[in-house]
Amino acid sequence: MSRVRVLVGTRKGAFVLTADGKRQSWDVSGPHFGGWEIYHLKGSPADPNRIYASQSSSWFGQVIQRSSDGGKTWEAVGNKFAYEGAVGNHLWYDGTQRPFEFARVWHLEPSLSDPDTVYAGIQDAAMFRTTDGGQTWLELTGLRTHPSAAQWQPGAGGMCLHTILLDPKHPGRIYIAISAAGVFRSDDDGGTWRPINRGLVSEQIPNPTAEVGHCVHRIAMHPSRPNVLFMQKHWDVMRSDDAGESWKDVGGNLPTDFGFPIDVHAHEPDTIYVVPIKSDSEHYLPEGKLRVYRSRSGGHQWEALTKGLPQSHCYVNVLRDAMAVDALEPCGVYFGTTGGQVYASADAGDSWTPIVRDLPSVVSVEVQTLP
Amino acid sequence: MIRVVLPAHLRTLARVDGELKLEVAGPVTPRSILDALEARYPMLRGTIRDQVTQERRAFVRFFACEQDLSQDSPDDPLPEAVAAGVEPFLIIGAMAGG
Repeated sequence: MSRVRVLVGTRKGAFVLTADGKRQSWDVSGPHFGGWEIYHLKGSPADPNRIYASQSSSWFGQVIQRSSDGGKTWEAVGNKFAYEGAVGNHLWYDGTQRPFEFARVWHLEPSLSDPDTVYAGIQDAAMFRTTDGGQTWLELTGLRTHPSAAQWQPGAGGMCLHTILLDPKHPGRIYIAISAAGVFRSDDDGGTWRPINRGLVSEQIPNPTAEVGHCVHRIAMHPSRPNVLFMQKHWDVMRSDDAGESWKDVGGNLPTDFGFPIDVHAHEPDTIYVVPIKSDSEHYLPEGKLRVYRSRSGGHQWEALTKGLPQSHCYVNVLRDAMAVDALEPCGVYFGTTGGQVYASADAGDSWTPIVRDLPSVVSVEVQTLP
Repeated sequence: MIRVVLPAHLRTLARVDGELKLEVAGPVTPRSILDALEARYPMLRGTIRDQVTQERRAFVRFFACEQDLSQDSPDDPLPEAVAAGVEPFLIIGAMAGG
């Protein structure tokens, strides 16, 4: 029978949650790396027992951990993320220029085919890659040295490269998103990059339709249809049907189109999920209700999913990397909150139950579907 | 042998219990101790000082013999009691936890 393994990164450690295919009874292990911030963990699609974790703290900096047994044991691997060549500047919050400075690894994206190859998105925004299982990391300099980099600026969480999508149908095509710069695409495995933000409108920058400067919170794709992208922007939920060349607003009847995560159903490429948040200055749920919104039409028409979720006095947030789907039938959907709850739905969002209620604040959730 | 005390999180990362004893070649300075420490425990690279600039991380302090040596040059000789293994070299996480 199939199993699922949910990898949860929190402000104070990592947790591994496992269940059989029914997804009703859960085993919880952790905290791993207790006391450290775990921005992200992700398993290799080519070898699910190979998992990488980003471990960091303000005191002791960045550590990368690697497991080869599905998260039971871990070893620290290379953690040197050094920008190549001239560092260059980006915009600071006050509009002045400031040099790029490494802060942490936000996102680790293992290769679709090689367990030893992993892409890392870091703050301040740059892209690194290892091909030796994490021992050494080299920058893919074409991104940070893009002529637009001086116009990139930090969002509230820092100037982070937070999303990496590997296109399974077009070898060498990678999409990344930076807050606040926007979406970039490479068609040569990270060698060169170009911004793909046409159609985005952001009132927080001097030219609302500028080529870069947009606070994209998250992008998602379905692997069967990688030319269709979905985006949760600072404000606005967007869709592209041409590999990011142009974007259209599909927020429709959402109660608010501010939010962080967005994800796609494993078997229905036009079924997508978001968690609307009240506003960019409040960062909590509207009306104290935890509602996931689902669109079965690729946007525009949305329905609130509330069964099993608190509908009063709930003021948590769901961060950008804290939602994931499994590949079982029916599709499982998972998300974690800043209040430390991890919710699971084994019926594509129709109903929800908490796997755990009182973890540290959840930063990231990934799920692996295992044989 | 030089005695070194790590903060709890770094002891966990290095998988050691209690105080460390290190063989340090040449003059005993913060730099020579960290060189020896990182050679024996490579997982500590980057956690105490920056891997590129070699500067002490902002939230890490160095104490010995009831003195704060954090602002001294990394090449200054440490007190004789540290060099003789009588007193430990303390690597401390700054008190920034609230």
